[in-house]
Amino acid sequence: MKILAVCGSGLGTSFMVEMNINQAFEELGVTGVEVSHSDLSSAAPGDADVYFLAKDIAESGEHLGEIVVLDNIIDMDELREKVRKLAEDKDLI
Amino acid sequence: MNSILTTLIDILSEPAILVALIALIGLVAQRKNLSDTMKGTTKTFVGFLVIAAGAGILETSLEPFGAMFQEAFNVSGVVPNNEAIVALALNEYGSNTALIMFFGMIVNILIARFTRFKYIFLTGHHTLYMACMLAVIMAVAGFDSVGLIAAGSVALGIIMTLSPAILQPFMRELTGNDKVALGHFSAVGYALSALVGKAVKGKNSTSTEKIDFPKGLGFLRDSTVSIALTMVVMYMIVALAAGPAYIEAELSDDTNFLVFSLVQAGNFAAGVFIILAGVRLVLAEIVPAFKGISTKLVPNAKPALDVPIVFTYAPNAVLIGFFSSFIGGLFSMAVMAIVGSTIILPGVVPHFFTGAAAGVFGNATGGIKGAVSGSFVNGVIISFLPVFLLPVLGELGFANTTFSDADFGVGGIFFGSLANYGGPIAIVISLIVILALMVIPFRGKKSA
Repeated sequence: MKILAVCGSGLGTSFMVEMNINQAFEELGVTGVEVSHSDLSSAAPGDADVYFLAKDIAESGEHLGEIVVLDNIIDMDELREKVRKLAEDKDLI
Repeated sequence: MNSILTTLIDILSEPAILVALIALIGLVAQRKNLSDTMKGTTKTFVGFLVIAAGAGILETSLEPFGAMFQEAFNVSGVVPNNEAIVALALNEYGSNTALIMFFGMIVNILIARFTRFKYIFLTGHHTLYMACMLAVIMAVAGFDSVGLIAAGSVALGIIMTLSPAILQPFMRELTGNDKVALGHFSAVGYALSALVGKAVKGKNSTSTEKIDFPKGLGFLRDSTVSIALTMVVMYMIVALAAGPAYIEAELSDDTNFLVFSLVQAGNFAAGVFIILAGVRLVLAEIVPAFKGISTKLVPNAKPALDVPIVFTYAPNAVLIGFFSSFIGGLFSMAVMAIVGSTIILPGVVPHFFTGAAAGVFGNATGGIKGAVSGSFVNGVIISFLPVFLLPVLGELGFANTTFSDADFGVGGIFFGSLANYGGPIAIVISLIVILALMVIPFRGKKSA
């Protein structure tokens, strides 16, 4: 599975979210998930299976396909919860 | 023997190879497997060359803009944009930038480990940009070789620690905890905005989040869109002021002056787009390595993270802050025109990101009034700081673009003017004094 974390400039925030997603999957013991990050302009449908976006730019990313919206991008617990749910949906755990 | 040495120097003075080596060291230190190591090293190498390619495109767009502005208004016009100035500077200062970034991160970890300032600055692109500016300033100041790298790295490490530190009291107020810090080199502007918010706070200052505010400016968060749109507006105004006769004769090779300007405005955004892609490739391995190593060595570190982390606390203040900061930029531009100094044009990107955060901090301390006046002050600051930063950047001060955010201005002007008064020795002394001040209170506390 491929995941793309997206933010406005594709530099800091999405990168942080990418690292946190990786950590969350690691904690779940799930391997083989490819996570990368990008800015809103470059992100296109088909780049990934699932897109992670912060709440404030979620509207601009609805065209991407399956999106996971983060209410608070620094809340690791929220991210863990959403990654776990995603992993369950995709039968990874 | 001599030829081996010259080859080695050639390798180290080629920034693309140098950053690839730094990434390689980081990957090996993390005991990554062969495939990850190969991938990461190569990406970093290519990324640096991508930045250089973007700089070329940007230059073709900025040069006619500068010429048109000069023709129309008889002063130079500068569009502050971090990506643009860094890409241009890396041509000459690439190796020094890479080394200062690498050792600056180590200094950051050391300061966090051994002083009470537990901040680890994780916003990699800002670290890169600051390393680049310091490489330029230290060179202009008269440092060279090892001294330049040492002074630049210590300065970078200090700035990476102090920038989040000065903002932390307000971060605590905003987030309600002390776990994360803000890692964005415009902290001076945000702290001032928070102070202004406190000062203007009346009895009836409601929060910005209590009002209904139209959404729908989300597209401004898309940096390619906002850069292209503002550059089109700026280019068109300047082109109309410079007139078709001049542009078509001197710059556009008979292409219609407005068509030419439209394409050049697009070229600016295209250049930044490419540079951002390069920056992403360069940082992809370095930042996780930095994060991993710092969590191991500094157990109770506070990560200083990129600016959008504060946006979710007050989405209305984000928009109010952007507008108010931008108006501050326009106001400053008018003042500069009257005074006759270099004109700093308000770019949407710096005003959006720093104005938005200034709005959030102003709102946290002073409600709507605080958000409006705090971010206005931010807009004025990020307009006037570049005016004083340009002279200390040497040749790069004439590049029609410059560093945009407040801490670049404050840090650059600080070290630049020290060098003007006392040369490199003044900078060395100031770095030692700052480090000593950071260490001493910690010892005092420990013995108590």
